[in-house]
Amino acid sequence: MSEPTARTAPRVRPRFAWRLAIRELRHGFRRVGVYMASITLGVGALVSIHSFRDDVARSVQEEADVLMGANARLAGDAPLPANVESVLDSLGSAGAGVARVTTATSMVFAPASNMVRLLQVRALDEGYPYYGDVTTRPAGAWGAHLEPGRALVDPAVLTQLAVDVGDTLIVGLSRLEIAGTVDDLPTDLAYQTAIGPRVHVSQATLAESQLLVVGSLARYEAFLRLPDIGDRRAVRERYDSIFDAADVGYTLAEEQAQSLSNGVRFLGRFLGLVGLGALLLGGVGVASAIHVYIREKRAAIAVLRCIGAHQGTAFAAYLLQAALLGLGGALAGVVVGIGAQALMPTVLANVLPVDVTTRFSIGSAAAGLGIGVWVALIFALIPLLGVRDVPPLAALRHDFEPGGRRVDALRLVVYALAAGSVVLLCTIEAPEPEVGLGFAGALAAAAVLVSATGWLLTRAARRWFPAGAPYPVRQGVSNLFRPQNQTLSVTLALGFGAFVIGTIVEVGGSIRDELTLSFGAGQPNVLLFDVQRDQVDGVLALMPESVRPSADVTPLVTSRIAAINGRTPDELRQNPNREERPEGWAVRREYRNTYRPFIGPAEQLVRGRWWDGTPGSEDDTTIDSGDLAGVSLEEDVAVSLRADLGDTITWEVSGIDVPTVVTSIRRVDWERLEPNFFAVVEPGVLEAAPQTIVMVARLPDETQRAALQRELIGRFPNVSALDFSRVQEAIDTVLSRVRQAVAFLGAFSALAGVIVLLGALATSRVQRLREGALLKTLGARRPQVLTVLLSEYIALGTVATASGLVLAVVGAAIVVPTVFEMAYAPSVGALALIWIVVGALTVVVGILGSRDLLRRAPLPVLREAPE
Amino acid sequence: MIVAEGLEKTYTSGGRPLPVLRQIDLEVPPEAFISIVGPSGSGKTTLLGLLAGLDEPTAGRVRLDGQDIFALTEDGRAEFRAQNVGFVFQTFHLLPTLTALENVLVPLELRGEYAGARERAGALLARVGLGERTGHYPAQLSGGEQQRVALARAFVNRPKILFADEPTGNLDRETGSSIVAMLEELNHDAKTTLVLVTHDVSLAERAHRVISLSSGRIASDRPGNAAPVAVGVGR
Repeated sequence: MSEPTARTAPRVRPRFAWRLAIRELRHGFRRVGVYMASITLGVGALVSIHSFRDDVARSVQEEADVLMGANARLAGDAPLPANVESVLDSLGSAGAGVARVTTATSMVFAPASNMVRLLQVRALDEGYPYYGDVTTRPAGAWGAHLEPGRALVDPAVLTQLAVDVGDTLIVGLSRLEIAGTVDDLPTDLAYQTAIGPRVHVSQATLAESQLLVVGSLARYEAFLRLPDIGDRRAVRERYDSIFDAADVGYTLAEEQAQSLSNGVRFLGRFLGLVGLGALLLGGVGVASAIHVYIREKRAAIAVLRCIGAHQGTAFAAYLLQAALLGLGGALAGVVVGIGAQALMPTVLANVLPVDVTTRFSIGSAAAGLGIGVWVALIFALIPLLGVRDVPPLAALRHDFEPGGRRVDALRLVVYALAAGSVVLLCTIEAPEPEVGLGFAGALAAAAVLVSATGWLLTRAARRWFPAGAPYPVRQGVSNLFRPQNQTLSVTLALGFGAFVIGTIVEVGGSIRDELTLSFGAGQPNVLLFDVQRDQVDGVLALMPESVRPSADVTPLVTSRIAAINGRTPDELRQNPNREERPEGWAVRREYRNTYRPFIGPAEQLVRGRWWDGTPGSEDDTTIDSGDLAGVSLEEDVAVSLRADLGDTITWEVSGIDVPTVVTSIRRVDWERLEPNFFAVVEPGVLEAAPQTIVMVARLPDETQRAALQRELIGRFPNVSALDFSRVQEAIDTVLSRVRQAVAFLGAFSALAGVIVLLGALATSRVQRLREGALLKTLGARRPQVLTVLLSEYIALGTVATASGLVLAVVGAAIVVPTVFEMAYAPSVGALALIWIVVGALTVVVGILGSRDLLRRAPLPVLREAPE
Repeated sequence: MIVAEGLEKTYTSGGRPLPVLRQIDLEVPPEAFISIVGPSGSGKTTLLGLLAGLDEPTAGRVRLDGQDIFALTEDGRAEFRAQNVGFVFQTFHLLPTLTALENVLVPLELRGEYAGARERAGALLARVGLGERTGHYPAQLSGGEQQRVALARAFVNRPKILFADEPTGNLDRETGSSIVAMLEELNHDAKTTLVLVTHDVSLAERAHRVISLSSGRIASDRPGNAAPVAVGVGR
């Protein structure tokens, strides 16, 4: 006998492993292929989001000049001072295009409908916009606004004022014919017109209307056509000091584009996390599939070991299969992602700054492919380690189980690798590393909690399920405990999907409720400004009697800062020390101050003391203002002014200096609708000063609001009215688009859950077929077998969805009050709907996947599936 | 040559030791054909598993072709089997996702032998009468045909020792008989040592030696019908 060759070192046979993998996949594909779909969905979500992010960034940069309508812009809150104007003149004579745009807010009256609205009036110079095409109706009407007595309007103006092209609008002292609508101005952000519809006129028309008087709120801009980037930068270098001193901002088109795409990128990154969630859920599906697959392959692996396969060879053969399946799934995902990428601009249409053109992004596709294969492999590795534990003896004894699962270095490495990969991917996808770590933690917590809740609910169902229930129902419920049923992974997948959708509904719903609360029942919904002191009673008289007592009347005194501690704004701005130099906008702006004896409902006194001695919450220092009146500053403006308790601020009010001493600092909740102020002056000094009044009231009825606005324009034309319900509608539109986008991706997660369910059905098919055949052999009729199945899937769907929703409610109860600072109440109706829909989906998919079981005769099944 | 010395196997059941094999001493000369018989639970399959190195004994040792197989690691034993051992199982254990030819190729590919492998596997399949069905999957073959593929797989790497566990257990009498005839012939031609575990007394009697197990011990070790019946193969 020859010396046995086994004395040589055992070898892994990669070629054999590769061949076996390919041969096995020809057949196994149908069984495990469905799991590829979970990777497909996740990769699809990621690729579409990544590509779309690239699309937006590229589109915004490509369209930078069009978005601005020019190459650069100067902007200020006051008419551009003479020295800036002379800069513009010299640029103009050097060949640059200069177009001035002035935007004011004004009440606009439509005689035809007898309606009035607060609109933006935008006066443009000829030439603007220098880039991009303006779409008007009738076509080619752009330019009509430059003609005397004519205006172009945003389409929303027609609806809001119930007028049509050809009708007349009254703006200040001007009567303007509507020459057409501006359907698409390339400089507009998509959602801008929803918030402030505009009337476009010429500079001459604006001047004639006399809307702008000294101190009027308006924005003054000059747009420059400077095609050479060097010229644009040279302007900044040369004139920066002039612009800075005049508080005029100089922005290049590409800078504006950058800040726009930053905002969208941030949104895109959050969406990326949702996509990653779907992919990781797919990973759970892969792990569950491979687990069942390996169990089914146990005999084959044992035979391979019997006839001489090295442990590593068998492991490599199945690892290769998992890798190939992952690659296939990820490749399909790239295709799905490219398809979904084309849909994203439609889904997000109203929140995007530009029309986005989609383009295949090789980087995003490659990243999606890589991440997909990686996630598939990492999640497959965990159950694949079990290949090493299959003993060759299992070929002789099917029931042979080796003692316990091996815990070895490789297993620990794989677990660490899986956890590390999840954290790494989350960190890469998230807008900030902290958010990624938080997301990874939240995912882990969600997975553990959904599984634990699912486990508990399943146990509870078994423990307390009525013993008197009919047999088929009891059998169905106990089927949840079938060894290869993958109940836990299906619960995790479906539950996680329900959790994502539930969270979107709960958090989104709370934000909407809060908005409705801000604008809704009991809250003021009409703001009247520019009311003169002697008009207050008259305006009140226009309101229904029941409304009058609750109307809030607040005086507004226009003031400017004359000095802080005796130094004028110019002197203050010359301070070379940046720390001590107040910010330009803060010292030069026009303030609208008020005086009142009480602390407003949206205010919190943080430092110093109120006039009546009420102490600040953080510092209760008492400041003796002597003979001077006290003033209370808002905390942020105090920082910008570099002013603190005890400093003297002299206000110039209609040419008269009013010195005050800072005696307190307030924190203001600016999101509240009450009129709020940077500076509140102690009562007793401003009462005699020229002032206008802001009135806030609640008129619940739309017709009452419309009537008030009509009456106002007739009797008090100087008074402007803002109807908050319009603002709410605009905000609602934007928010619902964002919610849609998140829900669109949340649906990927839910779909991934359904696919995991489908996969679990496919992999346990033989076992279920055999059980059904056995039941039939024992005398069960089809309706009884159907009842067993229905009970199983109703129980599974109910438990899984409930686990996810319980977690969604808990999550929302934590997130809504802490992150959004809003009150949270679960929306029971919406939650019940999700429960029913996801539950019903589970039952339908389950029953459809079990058609064979109902249809097939028992004997062939028992023959085919002997064990 | 198979040598088992003082072979014992004890499982633990419900925390209590459950001896399955006790003090088995056995010597099988090269090219011999022995059968192991005994009632259910007598330890036949356990003995086969230990002789093939599929499980580790509680005590004792096994030498196959001079190699103490339990001195090797699990992977070492696998490698040893790849080079020296063939198997035939009661439930055939063909890989369901592989064709008949691919199933027969597995042992060769596991040894890294690719050159001429397909021809050799094809010739063996032809010899067991399946020359026309090499591309069929196990599910497309009858039980007897599957077992013939398994025979071809067992002999393709020219093993020195062949272990057969109830090779006719899942077949009707006639098919079983033809399978055994083929087994005998291949064994004779390849000069393989054959260890057969069976319930079937008449089948057991066709061996050179019949070893009878009872309660984990060798109850008898007697000569069988040493003259194999020649039945034509390659139908």
